[in-house]
Amino acid sequence: MPEETQHQFDHARRAGFGPSDDIRQQRAQGALVKEEVAPAPGAAPEPIWMALGYEAVRQVMGDHVRFSNQRRFRAQAVRGGSKHRPQEMSGHLMDYDQPEHTRLRKMLTPEFTVRRIQRLKPVTEQIAERCLDAMERNGQPADLVDLYASPISGAVLCELLGVPRDDRREFLVKHQWQLEQDRSRKDRAAAQAYTSGYLRALVKRQRKDPDEGFIGQLIRDHGDNFDDEELLGICGLMVLAGLDNVTGMISLGVLALLEHPDQLAILLADPEKNVDRVVDELLRFLSVAHAPTPRTAVEDVVVAGQLVKAGEEIVCSIPMANRDPALGPDVDRFDVERDPLPHIAFGHGIHHCIGAALGRMELRTAYLALWRRFPDLRLAVPAADVPHKTNSIAYGLERLPVAW
Amino acid sequence: MVEVRVDPEICAASGMCKLLVPAVFDQSEEDGTVRLTDPAPPAELEAKVRTAALRCPAGAIAVHEMETDAS
Repeated sequence: MPEETQHQFDHARRAGFGPSDDIRQQRAQGALVKEEVAPAPGAAPEPIWMALGYEAVRQVMGDHVRFSNQRRFRAQAVRGGSKHRPQEMSGHLMDYDQPEHTRLRKMLTPEFTVRRIQRLKPVTEQIAERCLDAMERNGQPADLVDLYASPISGAVLCELLGVPRDDRREFLVKHQWQLEQDRSRKDRAAAQAYTSGYLRALVKRQRKDPDEGFIGQLIRDHGDNFDDEELLGICGLMVLAGLDNVTGMISLGVLALLEHPDQLAILLADPEKNVDRVVDELLRFLSVAHAPTPRTAVEDVVVAGQLVKAGEEIVCSIPMANRDPALGPDVDRFDVERDPLPHIAFGHGIHHCIGAALGRMELRTAYLALWRRFPDLRLAVPAADVPHKTNSIAYGLERLPVAW
Repeated sequence: MVEVRVDPEICAASGMCKLLVPAVFDQSEEDGTVRLTDPAPPAELEAKVRTAALRCPAGAIAVHEMETDAS
């Protein structure tokens, strides 16, 4: 495995639904541990901190003054002179600090309020029903990732971005190609050129003739304050954040419920009443977003009793933080009946996921519709044969064969 | 009795408070930041309001004990 990949996904190792034994052993060393990692093959190792405790992660993510999100800052501070000089991407909120972050985020937040998201609910319900119809037509066993989780997240995202029906299939397929590590570099580059070209044309079209959707609304309200590169970055971030995380949560959530029949029974006893706490506990238990943008200390800061020096980088492990024993008893148990444990599955601080309300609505809708249609849903293969993703930006399943 | 205070200036507009306690918190139509609809919520909502304050990603919600006349 190339060293860079190794570094990038070090914090993303999993065992079943939870963090890997490696990460757990690191946690046993402390809430903040230091690793020496070469930023590029052949380069001198540099210290990378891993924040693994709930409070340590909250401190780092909650302190946007002393911990910077900017890639450029990190490149200058840590790797000055190196050829590896990542740039923040225009419009990518997670790469920005104040006040740029606030300027962009304030324009976006009205589109993601709980009230606005409610308007997408009927559409999301229709999408789920259409997927279930297709599953029934195709017969069993069926792959729930391919026929349900992925099409729901894809269609809702396209609805939000204003990608017309006829274009959706190709747009989503090409997006997937970019991420498939076993596809050739050339194919991945071509797929990436297609999706970024598509989004560029979409932004141009909306600029000329803004519609009722999210991008059109942004242009109508704040058109003069955004340049096209920023709008493109915002679309790109929504694709990045809105597809694989949601697909992963839907499919892993279904598997977790099938694997915990007592918990599923609680959901089914009164679905409308219990679904929100089921969703909340699944968000904590599964923590599909492994880590936020790495932070760089702007000055010397003490975290969990350790001195983090100015310029050093910290990666925060969300799955480990959400299973910190300090949060309560039996944190490794999926238990929808307990007093809800606090968690940071959507992050913490000013970069808290802007689409959190949308994500919760999608999950709620997906779980409810699935069990309404197939109350006897079951795995079509032994649970041990369900392939989990081992090296991806968002945790999820490769396939989930089910029958009903 | 508790008194709730919010600070829209530091709010990250996550909407978590409105999802948790819609009777007490709302979101501005304009910028999604927190609005308080009931600064002195009924006793049965106190626990939920404290949870909302704890869960607020920006620390924009404060819950204070309110001095009340003995009754």
